[in-house]
Amino acid sequence: MTNRLAPLALGVLLAAGPAAADLVFPDLSYRTGPFAAGGVPFSDGYQDYFTLVNERDGGIGGVKARVPECETAYNTEKGVECYEATKGDGALIYQPLSTGITYQLIPKVEADHIPLHTMGYGRTSAANGKVFEWVFNYPANYWDGASVIVKYLMDENGGSLEGKKITLLYHNSAYGKEPIPTLEALSKKHGFKLTLIPVDSPGQSQKSQWLQIRRERPDVVVMWGWGVMNQVAIQEAANINFPMDHFIGNWWAGAEHDVAPAGMAADGYKALNMNRVVDYPVFADIRSHVIDKGLAAGDGSYVGSVLYTRGMYAAMLAVEAAKTAQEMTGTAQIDAAMMRDGMEHLEMTDARMEALGMPGIGPEFTVSCADHGGSGMAIVQQWNAAEKTWVPLTDFIAPDAEVIAPLIEADSTAFAAENGIAPRCD
Amino acid sequence: MFYREAGDFKTSYRDDSQTFPIGFDRYRYYAVLVLAFAVVPFAIDDYWASAIFVPFLIYAIAAIGLNILVGYCGQLSLGTGGFMAVGAYACYKLMTAFPDLNIVFCILGGGLVTAAVGVLFGLPSLRIKGFYLAVATLAAQFFLVWLFNKVPWFYNHSASGQISAPARTVFGQPVTGAGVEAWAQYMICLVFAVVLAWAARNLTRGTVGRSWMAIRDMDIAAEIIGVNPLKAKLTAFAVSSFYIGIAGALFFAVYLGAVEVGEAFGIQKSFLILFMIIIGGLGSIFGSFAGAAFLVLLPVLLKNVLVGTLGWPTDLTAHVQLMILGALIIGFLIAEPHGLAQLWRVGKEKLRLWPFPH
Repeated sequence: MTNRLAPLALGVLLAAGPAAADLVFPDLSYRTGPFAAGGVPFSDGYQDYFTLVNERDGGIGGVKARVPECETAYNTEKGVECYEATKGDGALIYQPLSTGITYQLIPKVEADHIPLHTMGYGRTSAANGKVFEWVFNYPANYWDGASVIVKYLMDENGGSLEGKKITLLYHNSAYGKEPIPTLEALSKKHGFKLTLIPVDSPGQSQKSQWLQIRRERPDVVVMWGWGVMNQVAIQEAANINFPMDHFIGNWWAGAEHDVAPAGMAADGYKALNMNRVVDYPVFADIRSHVIDKGLAAGDGSYVGSVLYTRGMYAAMLAVEAAKTAQEMTGTAQIDAAMMRDGMEHLEMTDARMEALGMPGIGPEFTVSCADHGGSGMAIVQQWNAAEKTWVPLTDFIAPDAEVIAPLIEADSTAFAAENGIAPRCD
Repeated sequence: MFYREAGDFKTSYRDDSQTFPIGFDRYRYYAVLVLAFAVVPFAIDDYWASAIFVPFLIYAIAAIGLNILVGYCGQLSLGTGGFMAVGAYACYKLMTAFPDLNIVFCILGGGLVTAAVGVLFGLPSLRIKGFYLAVATLAAQFFLVWLFNKVPWFYNHSASGQISAPARTVFGQPVTGAGVEAWAQYMICLVFAVVLAWAARNLTRGTVGRSWMAIRDMDIAAEIIGVNPLKAKLTAFAVSSFYIGIAGALFFAVYLGAVEVGEAFGIQKSFLILFMIIIGGLGSIFGSFAGAAFLVLLPVLLKNVLVGTLGWPTDLTAHVQLMILGALIIGFLIAEPHGLAQLWRVGKEKLRLWPFPH
């Protein structure tokens, strides 16, 4: 901290000179508690990418990025404390990696005018930029995820899910409940029977839930889990000999640490992913510029894992949005409002991802004033327990916009009416 | 020294039995009030409001509520989190069902509904005591959280099951929702905390409070001298739940703005508030404030010192924080089981006799 404070103090002393403050990207991480298993690799990836940009490229447009970290333990009160503690620092963007904290922060960022990026989590209807001016959830949201799972199952079952039984095993919180409206709409559309089974947070005991699953024998179990809940669910599924290839997690239930505790029994478990996991060239850069220099956020052991990659992907999207903002305004010292404009004009193309050393890490998408949601595409991957790798089964699958768009419209319009927000972008 | 009784004469019973019989204490109390009402609102920023003062005041209200039940009436309760949830959800339903109703009445309504629910779950206290009652209230905790998660009516069928506070104003100044100023958020909590603490202090030294304490000290003897245990216990549950309900309503509407019942009002909240009154001091209004301050401020202070000043990694700090807090709780329980309030009392007495201890 002292080495970070020193230039700051110097900056105050030399206030007459050109302002050269850092670009601040606070990291509301959680490295403790029942959700730490997912929080640690994500945060490592997020911070390491900023360190890489600083070390390799000399910062973003010549300005160094600074990533103050604050521990939330996935707890909303601590999340609010962290937000308030860091926002005065010139924060450009918040990515809390928690749906609960996101809900606390949405009204706050609208008031403070700081963008909030909830990548694949948070409030789904924030995809409507007309209502949620400061909230983004590209490249995909929960309802996209639910739709992609159903589309994948349709393909697996010859184009029809008529009469099939699908069980949603979900974390009994805002996070786990988010996909329910979509799945209900889809069950009406495609004629499958949906059963909802909640698991109370954090989810260490799921005996009764799996007893119910064993009794009802659903064709597919879809899981919306996070943290310790995933590991327990996969172990319990193995215990009742539930066929693993009929068990699909969402993208927060598909990392190495979720399946590893069950060992070989987890072989064949499927999960969504919004970013491909390949040995990208950028990992070599991270190893040489960050980890070998001793600058890694963690111990460096997570490089290349699912959530490390996703954290890095989140940081990359933030950096690209910042670059876009710098290009648009012609100034390197962007503020939060410029960052928002940069995010609204973000274009992720295959060429750009390739140039960054991570070809095909995510789908191509563009963000606009009205659409903060991105393409919503995701892949389905499968765990190979012998090789200890996630094997992609599909290319990026597009969600069913016909079902999702009206749901987003309805939810965000209701939010706008409740809070007296006039739609923008017209 | 500061604490002296020489020259501090009482000529009426009224003077002698006031809350702060020592002159210095009384002036300090007024000074704190002046500071809280006339200085802090002008100096407060978002961080001090959301991270420190607002949670402190809200937890203090909840701690007073629990202290009335546990400290004054001797009934154990582990249902605090659940009762806070009742306050929050009742307040939410009132806010959304009657958009024109002033938020103050929604919060009071949340308290009243919680009082009713508290009485309901207090009924077993007429038959069972101690640990058995603690388990009965534990059932309330789990039942209420489950109920608010299960029945969509309580969260107005929102997709996520979260409740979010719409914007409401007091005298034209927003106190909930997005456009809240730090001082407004602080002031509404302060007004509630001061009025409720004042009411609690006066309740506990009146007839009702004495009947609670009689029940606490020995229920059979109390019954023999004419205290109605049914009335005493149920009023204690009602008043206690009223306070906790108001704390829950403020916690949801003013402090966080959106809550998820399992996360915000889980069993940890019950334990946290129980620790507050144990550390602060059972049967003491000042102790409720001291305990709330201890458990709200200490983690923030430790975090700011260890991460902010010493630059420790955040995860190490979080673990060290737990260890320090745990050690302090154990230390307190061994060295001073009556909590911070007792330390304060002993310190005061020593100071009054100083420099001639006997």
